[in-house]
Amino acid sequence: MQISLDINGSLRDVYLDPRTTLLDALRSHLGLTGTKKGCDHGQCGACTVLLDGRRVNACLTLACMAQGAKVTTIEGLGSSDALSPLQAQFLNHDGFQCGFCTPGQICSATAMLEELAAGWPSHASTDLEGPFPLSHAEIAERMSGNLCRCAAYSNIVDAIQNAAKDGDAK
Amino acid sequence: MTQHLKVDAPDHESRLDQMAQGVLGEPVSRSEGQHKITGGATYAADAGAEGMAYGVLVQASVSAGRVTEIGEVPGVLAVIHDPRMLRRAAQGMSTEGPDAGPQQVDFMGQSVALVVAESLEVAQAAAHALQVRYEARQVPVMPDAVDPEVPEDKQSATGDLDAAMRDAAFRVDQVWHTPSQAAAAMEPHAAVAQWAGDCVTIRAGLQMLGFCREQMADALGIDVGQVRLLAPYVGGGFGSKLGINAEAVAAAIASRQLGRPVKVVMSRPQVFDLAHRRSETTQRLRLACDSNGVLSGVGHEALVSNLPGSEFSEPVTQATPFTYDAANRQIVHKIARIHRSCAGSVRAPGEAVGVTVFECALDELAEAAGIDPVELRLRNIPEMEPGTGRPFSSHKLAEALREGAERFGWADRVAPRARLEGEWYIGMGVASAVRVNSLVESRARVTLTPQGRAIVETDMTDIGTGTYTILGQIAAETLGLDLAGVDVKLGDTDFPRASGSGGSFGAASSGTSVYLACAEIRDKIADMMGCAEAGLTLQDGTARCGNIVRRLDDIIRTPLVGDGHLEPGKTEDSVRQATWGSHWAEVAVNRWTGETRVRRMLGVFACGRVLNHKTARSQCLGGMTFGIGMALTEAMEHDPRDGHMVTRDLAEYHIPCHADVPHIEVHFLTERDAYVGPLQAKGLGELGICGAGAAVLNAIHNACGVRVRNLPATPDKIIAELEI
Repeated sequence: MQISLDINGSLRDVYLDPRTTLLDALRSHLGLTGTKKGCDHGQCGACTVLLDGRRVNACLTLACMAQGAKVTTIEGLGSSDALSPLQAQFLNHDGFQCGFCTPGQICSATAMLEELAAGWPSHASTDLEGPFPLSHAEIAERMSGNLCRCAAYSNIVDAIQNAAKDGDAK
Repeated sequence: MTQHLKVDAPDHESRLDQMAQGVLGEPVSRSEGQHKITGGATYAADAGAEGMAYGVLVQASVSAGRVTEIGEVPGVLAVIHDPRMLRRAAQGMSTEGPDAGPQQVDFMGQSVALVVAESLEVAQAAAHALQVRYEARQVPVMPDAVDPEVPEDKQSATGDLDAAMRDAAFRVDQVWHTPSQAAAAMEPHAAVAQWAGDCVTIRAGLQMLGFCREQMADALGIDVGQVRLLAPYVGGGFGSKLGINAEAVAAAIASRQLGRPVKVVMSRPQVFDLAHRRSETTQRLRLACDSNGVLSGVGHEALVSNLPGSEFSEPVTQATPFTYDAANRQIVHKIARIHRSCAGSVRAPGEAVGVTVFECALDELAEAAGIDPVELRLRNIPEMEPGTGRPFSSHKLAEALREGAERFGWADRVAPRARLEGEWYIGMGVASAVRVNSLVESRARVTLTPQGRAIVETDMTDIGTGTYTILGQIAAETLGLDLAGVDVKLGDTDFPRASGSGGSFGAASSGTSVYLACAEIRDKIADMMGCAEAGLTLQDGTARCGNIVRRLDDIIRTPLVGDGHLEPGKTEDSVRQATWGSHWAEVAVNRWTGETRVRRMLGVFACGRVLNHKTARSQCLGGMTFGIGMALTEAMEHDPRDGHMVTRDLAEYHIPCHADVPHIEVHFLTERDAYVGPLQAKGLGELGICGAGAAVLNAIHNACGVRVRNLPATPDKIIAELEI
């Protein structure tokens, strides 16, 4: 089927098997291989992208369902000469090792900070109203959909806390 | 000329400490990190190619037998069932292709065919639809269902352990079970194969390219020179990508047959089935000590499993002979030949489960003897290697224990069930960390250009280990360059053959080869400067001899090339080499649900020279977190009827997630180990897992009084023993 996707601010027309997931469309048909396939089951979070600013597992989203939405991938968050605050802090704090889960972690963290700012509570929150502290417990709980076998978790929390501070400073 | 070194003698010169650049060891960020955080790093499955076809593996649905018929399926390019296709992955460092011939089935889930189509969607649907008929046979799948092999060379005994147990003031005699465990690297195994004439290039997720190239050539029946492997980025390995696997061989065969590039990526469940599992173990520990806690007897018996004919068996007791002293000792190693998926190396084969269980047993002995667990360990550290009388290249266990106790606040530990916060019992646990150390032959080439830039080339891999960065730091330090002035090129068999990544030997082995290559260049620069190399200082792109100072880009007219070649030598046998450390954990156990939360963890490690404090720390975080998984959540469950892996995805096999892992502290002891050569650095990728789980399990006991000997310590097992 012929579909049109708004990806990182540009409209892309692509002809796809209707069964094609957003993840496979990005990777195999649109040349955006920054988004990774770690499980294809919605279990690991490596394929996390933003759909109208909200984080989704691209492996559980059919490409045709993403028509009309703004899709943001790791390639759209920043580049080597213009890193996002999160990207810069992931680098500083060694928030990755092999790097395979990293695009998903960064996309997820990007949306997670928005959710925090919007006052969404989590299982780790002590009340439902907020504002919520950028504590280890809050961040770890909210990032638990993104697995990292190298286990950069401790560093990822540091990176997110510092990126949030950078964001506040701006 | 090649700068060759066989490490036959200790190197006490500490030459690297005399270099001037000051970049080695510094906690600099990963040099390839920019690519990883922007999505630009190209892992195996990211490769595109004109005319790519997609292959999907088909797996056996019987436990053992013979394939009698492969059906047909419409709309595909090919269904491939070739006798060269693998039945199991190659073991690490094998130089031959592993068992091939998918007409025979050895375990449920084995690869039996490859379906290739124009698109991934069609290939996946066709692979599901393909009918395969079998002549099945009944086979044992449970370790206790067979009489195990008892290989003579894997048994040993000194003194009289039975008498030591009988005469002991205090003793432990218990049995532990650890389940099969998975490496579960985040990147599924993937390969893209493309032929040009009689030569094939395969881009794949592999840890050890030199060995894999030999395995691949043998598997395909071609010469090594006809195989080029590319693995510039590998999304984690932990042992699961040491050797070639079904997807890469199948992609190569399909690509040859179809005359176009073929990509084969394993699904996550296929990774669980086809990558080597860490064998389940049954371990009996017998420990005997006198009234002062001095060990008189150590017995460690292990039952592991693997497929018939597989040469690997989990070396559970590897560190037991040399970690602690005891006059009476016994090692027993049994292998059950059963038809579960193939067992092989997973991060720290041997010590990961062996040290963990041993350290749990030691905690029980400390409790029985009424001696502090740290003190008990300190009383049993040998001066020389027990049994052989060899010296240790270094032995930092005592220091790691004392340093850790101080840093962790061990003195605040109280008796079991004595600290309750709300509904949570709080407890602390300790364990020693130990892992054998080795070097593997490795080569590298370094080129210093007339512009004063260095290029490092070796077929070493960076699987998240920080190899790009540390090899750059070694070259920068030795040649007096800014780190940004060094290009490190890895993961291509066109480059000189390296050790590969595995067994914690990668950094020291490939790092030494880079150091040697740079040393050759230093000799050449010294010649140009008219001085001895010992009097040469290289710093910030300048060369200095006495009062002569020249810029490198002024004196170098043509590229200077150095070739480094490291081989392990006599120090492999003249001393016992190991890395050491201590693990500390504080846990909370819920008094009503039995749930365990790890509240904080500390690891203190000694691994010789630390090449980069940032990436080294991350290696330890990773290992320690594997320990949390081993202690609390990770188990590959096999169906007792047919052996098939039940927990074969990431929702069923629970690796630790963010919320399972607290802030973790890592502290390195300052050390230079001369017996591993001029780099004086040892391995670190595995030390962090060795014993980490025991610190957690011992902390659970200290919290709530429950000993879980059947890992992992899930809430059901704890609550069953909890006293209300």
